[in-house]
Amino acid sequence: MAEPRTIARERPGRIGDSVLRPDGVEKVQGAYRFSSDLPVEGALWGATLRSPHPSARIVRLDVTPAWAIPGVETVITAADVPGLATYGLVQPDQPVFASDVVRYLGEPIAAVAADHPETCRRALEAIIVEYEVHEPLVDPERAIDGSHPPIHPGGNVIRHQRVLSGDPSVVGDIVVEGDYEIGMQDQAFLGLEAALAVPDPGAAGVELHVATQWLHEDQKQIAACLGLPASAVRLVLGGVGGAFGGREDLSLQVHICLLALRTGRPVRVHYGREESFLGHIHRHPARIWMRHHADRTGQILKIEARFVLDGGAYASTSHAVLTNAITHTQGPYRCENAVVDGWAVRTNNPPCGAMRGFGVVQACFAHESQMDKLAAACGLDPVAIRLRNAMRTGDRLITGQVVESVAPVERCIRETDALALPDEPIGGRFDDPMRLPGGAGLTADRSHIRRGIGWGVAVKNLMFSEGFDDYATARCELADGVATLKFATAEVGQGFITIAPQIARTLLGIDDVVVDRIDTGIGSAGSTSASRQTWMSGGAVDAACRKVRERLFEHVGGRWAVDPLRLVIEDDSVVDSLDPDRRITVSEATAGRRFAETVEFRHRPTQPLDENGQGDCHTAFAFVAHRAVVDVDPDLGLVKVVQIATAQDVGVALNPLSVIGQIEGGIAQGLGLAVMEEIVMRDGRMLNPSFTDYLLPTFLDMPPVLTTLVEEPDPQAPLGAKGVGEPPCISVTPAIVAAIRDAIGRDLHRVPVRPHDICL
Amino acid sequence: MAELYRLTVNGVDHDVADAWIGESLLFVLRERIGLLGTKGACEQGECGSCSVLLDGELVCSCLVLAAAQTGRSIVTIEGIAPEGSPTDVQQAFVEAGAVQCGFCTPGLIMATQRLLERIPAPTDTEIREELSGNICRCTGYGRLVSAVVDVARRRAEGDRG
Amino acid sequence: MTVRVPLTIDDAVAALHDAPESVLLAGGTDLLVATNAGHRRFDQVIALDRVGELRRWSLNTLGTSLFVGAGVPYTTLMGEPFASLAPALSQASRTVGSPQIRNAGTLGGNLGTCSPAGDGLPVLAALDAIVHLRSSAGERTLGFSEFMVGVKRNARAANELITGVTLPILTGWQGYSKVGVRNAMVIATASSCLAADVPNRSVRVALGSVGPVIIRCTDAEEWIVSRIDWDAAAVTQADVDEFGERCAAASRPIDDHRSTASYRRHAVRVLASRQLRRAFPNG
Repeated sequence: MAEPRTIARERPGRIGDSVLRPDGVEKVQGAYRFSSDLPVEGALWGATLRSPHPSARIVRLDVTPAWAIPGVETVITAADVPGLATYGLVQPDQPVFASDVVRYLGEPIAAVAADHPETCRRALEAIIVEYEVHEPLVDPERAIDGSHPPIHPGGNVIRHQRVLSGDPSVVGDIVVEGDYEIGMQDQAFLGLEAALAVPDPGAAGVELHVATQWLHEDQKQIAACLGLPASAVRLVLGGVGGAFGGREDLSLQVHICLLALRTGRPVRVHYGREESFLGHIHRHPARIWMRHHADRTGQILKIEARFVLDGGAYASTSHAVLTNAITHTQGPYRCENAVVDGWAVRTNNPPCGAMRGFGVVQACFAHESQMDKLAAACGLDPVAIRLRNAMRTGDRLITGQVVESVAPVERCIRETDALALPDEPIGGRFDDPMRLPGGAGLTADRSHIRRGIGWGVAVKNLMFSEGFDDYATARCELADGVATLKFATAEVGQGFITIAPQIARTLLGIDDVVVDRIDTGIGSAGSTSASRQTWMSGGAVDAACRKVRERLFEHVGGRWAVDPLRLVIEDDSVVDSLDPDRRITVSEATAGRRFAETVEFRHRPTQPLDENGQGDCHTAFAFVAHRAVVDVDPDLGLVKVVQIATAQDVGVALNPLSVIGQIEGGIAQGLGLAVMEEIVMRDGRMLNPSFTDYLLPTFLDMPPVLTTLVEEPDPQAPLGAKGVGEPPCISVTPAIVAAIRDAIGRDLHRVPVRPHDICL
Repeated sequence: MAELYRLTVNGVDHDVADAWIGESLLFVLRERIGLLGTKGACEQGECGSCSVLLDGELVCSCLVLAAAQTGRSIVTIEGIAPEGSPTDVQQAFVEAGAVQCGFCTPGLIMATQRLLERIPAPTDTEIREELSGNICRCTGYGRLVSAVVDVARRRAEGDRG
Repeated sequence: MTVRVPLTIDDAVAALHDAPESVLLAGGTDLLVATNAGHRRFDQVIALDRVGELRRWSLNTLGTSLFVGAGVPYTTLMGEPFASLAPALSQASRTVGSPQIRNAGTLGGNLGTCSPAGDGLPVLAALDAIVHLRSSAGERTLGFSEFMVGVKRNARAANELITGVTLPILTGWQGYSKVGVRNAMVIATASSCLAADVPNRSVRVALGSVGPVIIRCTDAEEWIVSRIDWDAAAVTQADVDEFGERCAAASRPIDDHRSTASYRRHAVRVLASRQLRRAFPNG
């Protein structure tokens, strides 16, 4: 496997080095402050009252009993929202507090601030709400066929979009089809939603310390609801305990700011785990029908598909998730003809939005399951069918867009295939029951177990799509040999605060780089999502540092009376490339001087899809292959994943250790979706909103991961580097399911695969 | 008794006054004593983020009733390296890339310290079983296992040396 | 609002006598979950974890039975001598929660909560364990089947303290198997404990998570006795299969968010069959 490169060179910390996290020591000592770790003298606790029904009309809401409880400082409802009553990332369709109807179980109705969490709890219990309970709309097909009355003024269809490409009448000699289902996955970041809001004197504004993925988008939405100018709502990034898409939408932000403004006191809100499940968006559950036409050699001729994504009660980013799903129908394979029909609909289920992989996870499970069916029908093995169709740079997608990104699909597959399969027998050399499916449950002996191998390959778009004006801002200030970087890029654990200084060190020939506080004191960095920050904020830091370097060269060139274009950075010095003996250290050159530049970095423009789903809607693409080895107990339906092998197209690994961390972590989340993670819904009710029953992979569920980094610098990318966060979690899921199918010899068409899907 | 009780945390006595009887040790450590290094993520003993040592044994502080712990030794993440310099386990976590968001990290450090006390040279399976009560959502565990192996190896080399 | 921390059983019983409405706190792994969620509030707590007597265990003089105090944590039960004397109990203990939970959680807590998914309970049921209860009026003992009366309901009176259990030391194979979706830290979807008592020519099976109480498969137990070649430790595959069917037939599972009734019934059939085969490997 690719072991992270050790730091051998004299001046470590540059691009390509496995630089250690600057916050690592604080984090291992427990000294790092997350957004839940911000106690303030005199702060109140805030808490939220939520609907116990997925669909109901509020007949009566009486908060006066809560006011009567000693220690309660304020109680707020929809009537107390001074600005816009609704918010949302794409369209503001979600109420800050429900006032007339509730559309999902867990929808906020009121909030309180009090002296102790237990007082809050008692206050919420005291609030009187009477409901007229309605039959919830929970079947997405009924949202499409119009058989259920609209549950929202915006109607029950959030978006309907087709992709029509080439000749729809093409028929292949070989036709395979299937119906696929993807369950509702949760981001399950460990650091629960938490924030501290501190009001300005006279309630003129508020400072919010919050764990989020996009400070400026939060600021915009909060300010609109508070009826304040954006400048009066200052956001500071609280330490973020993971995000994975689940912090792109607002949760507690408006509520806590209102509580602080109302009481004139600092307020802390901490969600518990159950409230977190109810209070943030999830991955869209999906039903996908897909039919592939191919010739006898296995070449794909046409794909037909229908996607139904359950967006839940409010739109969130469903619009864009649908774009991703339908435009990735073909996966990383060439295909000219396509007929794709996609729906994102509104139901009384929990709102769904961004989660790592963003629509592509759903599409990939279907297309990779189809590729295995196609392989079987053509008499090819899973690797051969994928190589036969592998996409290349220059290929035209079903949207009409031409792939300009480096597209090493074939190489990802071959490099993965070259990684060694496990050399130990089932159960290991010592026949350890802990290494069998069922583990300490002692459910099986080695003889009961069968092994299987499966494949998955994926393409993932990078950055935002469909004409969104996507940019990132960064400032670099160089003074006295120290660079200070300022950006609003949300560090959520991915490690941007590690690579940003690497970029500055490499460009400026210095060692000391300070990352300033991450807040709204500078322009937007855009969202930490869509695998975009390395490219976007990395591009902004890169550009700002380059501009500062130009200023430095002008300054030194002036002193030496030479053309600044002759100057270069070598090691820690500015050097005259035509007279290399002439050099000055950057520290000396910047002594008593200050060079500062702020840059807004944009990627190339994209276009919205037209009515036929045509358009250059995506910015760039990354690719990945996964091979899974699993052991299955076919009689009990229990699975143990034994090994994952992967080769990922990363462009350039700016920090190999960080890249490995992203890859292994993403794989764990894809494994979770394959075999255990699902929010189980019944009649609009969430049956397992806890870590007792929403199961996340443990140490004993994750196998060793063998990784090859495929490094082909992408000329489109500012640093040659592609985002690496999402691809790992996408095709590993179908790879694991394919391996289970291989072990048991029967079809599986939904994830997560449950024991009874295997054995009954 | 619940009106005022005394806890011994990291060797220091703390008087806890006016607490509600049902408060967990996790809550009291964080909100009444001000030791914020111990994290809460599930309130059910299903994630290990709140792990502390109670009379030397690893427990989930979210499931410990604070008011019943007078006279016991409680050690938190703040108490394992009193000099302020990281332990070998802490150092190995940083160097192995075992830290991303860091929310699970204090609990995992506590669990790893205890694991290596009990089993100085654990096998891969022992590492995974002994740490299976600690959920990490970011890393996929690979770098964490690698960090534990590194510490065990260095300690063994140190003993031989 | 009080928390009492008695150091002896007598003190604990006296405290309970004074305030029978008190909440009894063992390892805390059930009670604190409910408290943290706001589902339980209380004013009086008797914390039992420092009653040293509850952490004791002993063998009777003949070596035929084992007393395990209610406060012995699972981590202790995982090791010797329990792994040799009562392997099924040891195996069940290893599947409880996480290492942290096993350090705190106790068999007494399992009995107090009496969840059908409690991992220790099928073992106690299969071994016909005796539950010891103590009140200011003295000691009372109940067979496990009399003790557990429903989902999270037991025969303990409000003024009684669970002090421990007595288990027979059997000669013959015994084991506990548990199905969960995850490879660690998981609540049983279905579980089974089988214990063979070779000298007495009996087989006992108890199932967890497949009914409101732990279910003893008496029909299957009685049926299989005559079909086993006890000297050869042998049983035919057809009888193994039939045994599994009969155990499954005794189960009364439901559908819930963790699984389906049909899977649970199927799972206990597979578990009981495999366990019988482990107990009688020949034939």
